[in-house]
Amino acid sequence: MDLLQTIVAHYNHWIIIFLMVSGLYIVVARGNMIKKLVGLGLFQTSVYLLYLSPGKILGGTPPILSPQFSVYSNPLPHVLILTAIVVGVATLALGLALVVRINEAFGTIEEDEIFAGEEDE
Amino acid sequence: MIAANLPALQVVLPLLGAVLCAFLQRGVWAWGIALVVSVAMPFVAAGLLIQVLDGGIISYAMGGWEPPIGIEYRIDVVNAFLLLLVSVIGAVIMPYAKRSVEKEIAPEHQPWFYAIYLLCLCGLLGIVITGDAFNVFVFMEVSSLATYALIAMGRDRRALLAAYQYLIMGTIGATFYVIGVGLLYSMTGTLNLADMANRLEGIENSRAVLAALAFLTVGISLKLALFPLHVWLPNAYTYAPSMATAFLAATATKVAVYLLLRYFFTVFGASIIFTRLPVAEIFLILSLAAMFGASIVAVFQDNVKRMLAYSSVAQIGYITLGIAIANKTGLTGGIVHLFNHALIKGALFMAIGAVFYQIGSVKLDDLAGLGKRMPITMGAFVMAGLSIIGVPGTVGFVSKWYLGLGAFEQGWWWLVFLLVASSLISVVYIGRIVEVVWFRPVSAAAKRAKEPPLSMLLPTLLLVAATVYFGFDTSLTAGIAERAAEWLLAGIR
Repeated sequence: MDLLQTIVAHYNHWIIIFLMVSGLYIVVARGNMIKKLVGLGLFQTSVYLLYLSPGKILGGTPPILSPQFSVYSNPLPHVLILTAIVVGVATLALGLALVVRINEAFGTIEEDEIFAGEEDE
Repeated sequence: MIAANLPALQVVLPLLGAVLCAFLQRGVWAWGIALVVSVAMPFVAAGLLIQVLDGGIISYAMGGWEPPIGIEYRIDVVNAFLLLLVSVIGAVIMPYAKRSVEKEIAPEHQPWFYAIYLLCLCGLLGIVITGDAFNVFVFMEVSSLATYALIAMGRDRRALLAAYQYLIMGTIGATFYVIGVGLLYSMTGTLNLADMANRLEGIENSRAVLAALAFLTVGISLKLALFPLHVWLPNAYTYAPSMATAFLAATATKVAVYLLLRYFFTVFGASIIFTRLPVAEIFLILSLAAMFGASIVAVFQDNVKRMLAYSSVAQIGYITLGIAIANKTGLTGGIVHLFNHALIKGALFMAIGAVFYQIGSVKLDDLAGLGKRMPITMGAFVMAGLSIIGVPGTVGFVSKWYLGLGAFEQGWWWLVFLLVASSLISVVYIGRIVEVVWFRPVSAAAKRAKEPPLSMLLPTLLLVAATVYFGFDTSLTAGIAERAAEWLLAGIR
């Protein structure tokens, strides 16, 4: 019963781990370069949740000093994750730009086909 | 005023320079700005190193926000040394860059190339100088994104594939790093590395902290190309433009090693890393696998750049071996090799870049007989090659000497034999190049080759001269490395 409670109480972690692992799996298992980037995005997004979910305290307010409030949520994770989102967007943009160039240079974005073509040379 | 704000200048100058370069139309102007900024960097770094050697740790509150709330730039012997290394390489390579970039990069892309190069420099210096865990991630991504773009600018279309591959692996590495930092943050409530080290006391054994350590180690190891996480490196170094390869090979992996040192010794402390967990054993095995595996693969390469790239993976093995030995002498060996390998690999890749400038190829067969056409360049290459092997009188010997001594102190006498044995493999691959270059008839590609322009030759010779000089006078390199090692190990709780 205790075990079950621990599992349920940490449901946010289970969601995070599920997203994380499925993102990584897509990166590893797919040969299509766009799909790989989608997986990478999923993987990065799971980390945003990893930061954000412990920052929330039930009943906590934003950190505004006032006698009425005594429990505050931590705003710092949000700031950090804003930065991380920007980094993620930049990475995705660069990745997609590379895929466009690869498509122009090789005529395909399937890794198998590209490597098969390279071996013929 | 300037002396007090040196830590900020170290990062802000390249950043501003990059923005300026991006606005310029002509490659030459952008080169001029990049040159001025890169040449200023070693002076800033030297100023910081002198301050640190005199007065101990510098703590600089970025933007006036006091640590641990604000972002702190914290400079001690270890990262002052690294700052100097990265900025010296960045400066030496700039005169070389002009001709090489003119040859390899389309004119309309040249200003962008220099802008990206400065961003990369900014990121690498930022990782080293900052004392804030999340700030490290930001700088890591600045330098990584710049690196992907630099690699993608290579002439060969496979450069795009190499950049894409590195983007995927590098982002996974960086994300692992953020996961580790996130777990540490939720355990300690701080992002300041020094503060984090204090607050970890007493909770070192909690599962979240150990998980954080695992994520950080794997993430950073991806960046530093620790065997077997090195698969991105050979392609990236082979297809990147010559100047980018020389710069990255000399600096990028070294900065990642520094980050690993910082986490292992300053944040977690050697007692948890080495006495409670089998980190030393894991690093010992992986280092040895890199030293032998990558060296043997290097022997069979026909593309000289790829051969040197595999040799880099092997040499990183020596550096991490210093971490695995984990006594003062061994760690000194690791840190000295960090410096020495940067000089050696910088010189080797610059020499090969000069060859590419002249004959447009880096295939081993095309290099045949080049010793007769480009004796100075190839002579420099051989000197740096001797250093890789570790011939006495070169820097390579100094690092291996310290590593060997450290292994003896640890009672691992068998490791000394393995060090010698792996050096013998590097004799084989350097020997292959020497044989082809000096003892074969001149190839068709090399027929009309002559020495490269002075702007490319002099920086290469400067680095080669440094590999010899620091092989004899070890007071600067080994002296500082020893202080750095002492300082890192003193951080043990």
